[in-house]
Amino acid sequence: MKRLLPVLPALWLAAFVLLPVILTLKISLSTPATAQPPYLPVLDWSAGIEGWGNFLEALDFTNFETLASDALYRDAAMSSVTLAAIATAILALIGTPIALAMARAPERWQPLLVALLIVPFWTSFLIRIYAWIAILKPEGLLSAGLMWLGLIAQPLEILNTQGAVLIGLTYAYLPFMVLPLYAVLAKRDPRLPEAAADLGAGPVRVFWSVTLPLARPGLAAGALLCFVPMVGEFIIPDLLGGSDTLMLGRVLWSEFFSNRDWPLASAVAILVLVLVVGPLILFREDETTAREGRR
Amino acid sequence: MRALDRIALSLGLGFLYAPILILVIYSFNASALVTVWGGFSTRWYGVLLADVPLREAARVSLVVAFAAAGVATVFGTLAALALDRGGRFAGRRVFTGLIYAPLVMPEVITGLSLLLLFVGFGLDRGLLTLVIAHATLGLGFVAVIVGARLRGLDRSLEEAAADLGAHPARVFATVTLPLIAPSLAAAFLLAFTLSLDDLVLASFVSGPGATTLPMRLYSQVRLGVNPEINAASTLLVGTVTAIVLTASWLTGRRGVA
Amino acid sequence: MASTPVPAAAGLLTCAGLGKRFGTHVAVADLDLTLQPGEFVCLLGPSGCGKSTLLRLIAGFETPSAGTIRLGGTDITADPPHRRPVNMMFQSYALFPHMSVAANIAYGLSGLGRAARQARVDELLRLVRLDGFGPRRPDTLSGGQRQRVALARALARAPQVLLLDEPLGALDRALREETQGELRALQRRLGTNFIVVTHDPAEALALADRIGVMEAGRLVQIGDGASLYERPANRFVAGLLGDVNLIPGRVLGREAGGLAGLDTALGPLRALGAAEGEGIIALRPERIALARAPSGDGPALPGQVVETTYLGDRIRLRVRLADGSIWRVSAPAEEACPGVGESVHLSYPPERAWLMPAAA
Repeated sequence: MKRLLPVLPALWLAAFVLLPVILTLKISLSTPATAQPPYLPVLDWSAGIEGWGNFLEALDFTNFETLASDALYRDAAMSSVTLAAIATAILALIGTPIALAMARAPERWQPLLVALLIVPFWTSFLIRIYAWIAILKPEGLLSAGLMWLGLIAQPLEILNTQGAVLIGLTYAYLPFMVLPLYAVLAKRDPRLPEAAADLGAGPVRVFWSVTLPLARPGLAAGALLCFVPMVGEFIIPDLLGGSDTLMLGRVLWSEFFSNRDWPLASAVAILVLVLVVGPLILFREDETTAREGRR
Repeated sequence: MRALDRIALSLGLGFLYAPILILVIYSFNASALVTVWGGFSTRWYGVLLADVPLREAARVSLVVAFAAAGVATVFGTLAALALDRGGRFAGRRVFTGLIYAPLVMPEVITGLSLLLLFVGFGLDRGLLTLVIAHATLGLGFVAVIVGARLRGLDRSLEEAAADLGAHPARVFATVTLPLIAPSLAAAFLLAFTLSLDDLVLASFVSGPGATTLPMRLYSQVRLGVNPEINAASTLLVGTVTAIVLTASWLTGRRGVA
Repeated sequence: MASTPVPAAAGLLTCAGLGKRFGTHVAVADLDLTLQPGEFVCLLGPSGCGKSTLLRLIAGFETPSAGTIRLGGTDITADPPHRRPVNMMFQSYALFPHMSVAANIAYGLSGLGRAARQARVDELLRLVRLDGFGPRRPDTLSGGQRQRVALARALARAPQVLLLDEPLGALDRALREETQGELRALQRRLGTNFIVVTHDPAEALALADRIGVMEAGRLVQIGDGASLYERPANRFVAGLLGDVNLIPGRVLGREAGGLAGLDTALGPLRALGAAEGEGIIALRPERIALARAPSGDGPALPGQVVETTYLGDRIRLRVRLADGSIWRVSAPAEEACPGVGESVHLSYPPERAWLMPAAA
């Protein structure tokens, strides 16, 4: 009975997670064609061993060579990673005080605060990003507000820039940074900062020498949780970034939908997987072994 | 509470809620211009109700979300049980990796790879492929939520049931299942919302005749800001908030988190 | 099933050569234990000594690595927990939080009809003095009430053996002493075999007919409280049951009446016990007589008081002897007690000192 438990979910995962990734890898090594499906070679099952031989011979690394040599893809990769890294840093900066404030709030308020943080996450991602268009556009509320305050004379040209993408990324991923941080900070012994203060540390030193080191696992988890999906993000750069913000998720999308170059889109997917998901899995393994080692 | 903490919380929550609030307010704007306030009106809700393609898209989204959340809850719960109770089985590491993969993989990759699978096996794109894709996405989330509850479950409760003469099936039905039920409901709701919210996977794997609400909204949003979308968004936000509040009230009332 | 608990005369539990390993860790090793009908046994030992594992082996939650468990002549070693006529009261009580008190108690009674089940639940609620608590939820009860619900639930199927894992561990001290008496009386009335696991020697002494002391997975000694206290098998048992002075020595010979003569660092001393060769004398502090001057009869050991502690009913002294060792002495508080620095002479009745083998 116990042995049968994993069978059904394992079959599902093998069919709809593992197999698709293998197929993507295969197609990333194929060449595009004006056919249905639009790539070559197609494995000829009826040809047996010989079919496999022909099939394997026809595979090549052209798509990856294209990715490496074409400046467009290099720039897209660079700006994806850069934007995601900057947004992660911003999130860490604004997420830490929020998480700390939550952890220090009276105990009976904390569930409410957590709920308040989660509710926006449950509302449509698309709609929350859409809401920012109305705020950021030149005749939008942000410009109007700043002009009313007399801070700027001309409407802000911020929509369709990387700045708008950064705002969108920060906005959409804030809960993913705050929640792991809060989880770590809430569990910590509240007497530790008091002990540090008792031993003569000022508030700044307490923060740097006690609070921050204790929050580090949460910070690491939050950074991973934000950085990885941000690199592959599509909706935010598409709606807020305008035509000149290139990110890998968007490149994949347009190669697939506009250029109908499935092999190249697959190659982009494999690239992102290797670049981003690989290190993540390694990190997880590392953490698991560390945790098991401690037990 | 310290003043700095108050400021951090107010700014943080303000940042999170201001855009949504603005969206809701402007859905009641009489003017067609999103940035100019033309007085209170519910005219865009009327327009929304008359929008047949949008209503059809909403219907498709709901059907897919129900089916996908159902499948994800069953399979995700089985996966969580296998990880928690299965002991050491062959391929456990790979199994764990596959459960978490859709959680961390960028959606464009999941979408593309699933589409390549469906095309490779000649599966017609439509409701079925949508349900498969969304169930796969939800499965991992369900496994995480239910798994956390299972790990927190006092094992001696199940042992006590067995000790009192209950067969393993009865132990599961009368003790394990009722105790993890709140997490099952939460997991179902999350899988449901994920499906309802998804644009990227759906754009890849759905076919003609199976346009979901986010796909429909997206194509309109691409054309610019539009008060009808604000009205639709407000309805969606209201519905989801009601669901979340109900869920948290339900779990809170049971006294089991 | 009878509406009154069945006397457990047939239930005679025997563990033979029982062993349990978790990986390389040996939790229970080569353990033999036989329960007399109607007996109340306590398994006593520090945490990690294997006493809870032994209980879980008997209940069927763990499969033994070696040995057999028989109940009333039937081998139940391979039976799953739900087919064993033994029941367990868990340390955490393990009350189902989603069921009422009555439903908890009735959980094991699914074989009965509705009316019979209701009658049995009412009877058990009366037994543990919780009449009227049936519809309540476990989380609305006090710790003592929950403990009694757990007890009622475990007794519902009239088990041949009831296993109790630290049954009083979660109760505060006053309630614990009161509950000890109740548990003891209940067991007498029902005649069911009770096996209680505890780390508290006072609790074991208060409850049990026989106490089994476990150390590192082994049952080192089993017997009634007095025999364990007076005639411990080794220094671990001696120290577990109370304060003791341990004096190593070598057995030289034996007098009439079985008294052994030993050569020790303090000179020749005598004690009761069968050990040969290297031995240890276990001498309880309250058996030692204290005098300012050597009295006429018997040898007395000179020493100097280094510390006195007033404990109300008694005074505890630490006395340094000629060889530099410190003995603990417990004297009645009403006597005029020597103060720190004073010279004293210690003596003891040799038949109240117990000789143990040094190796055990």
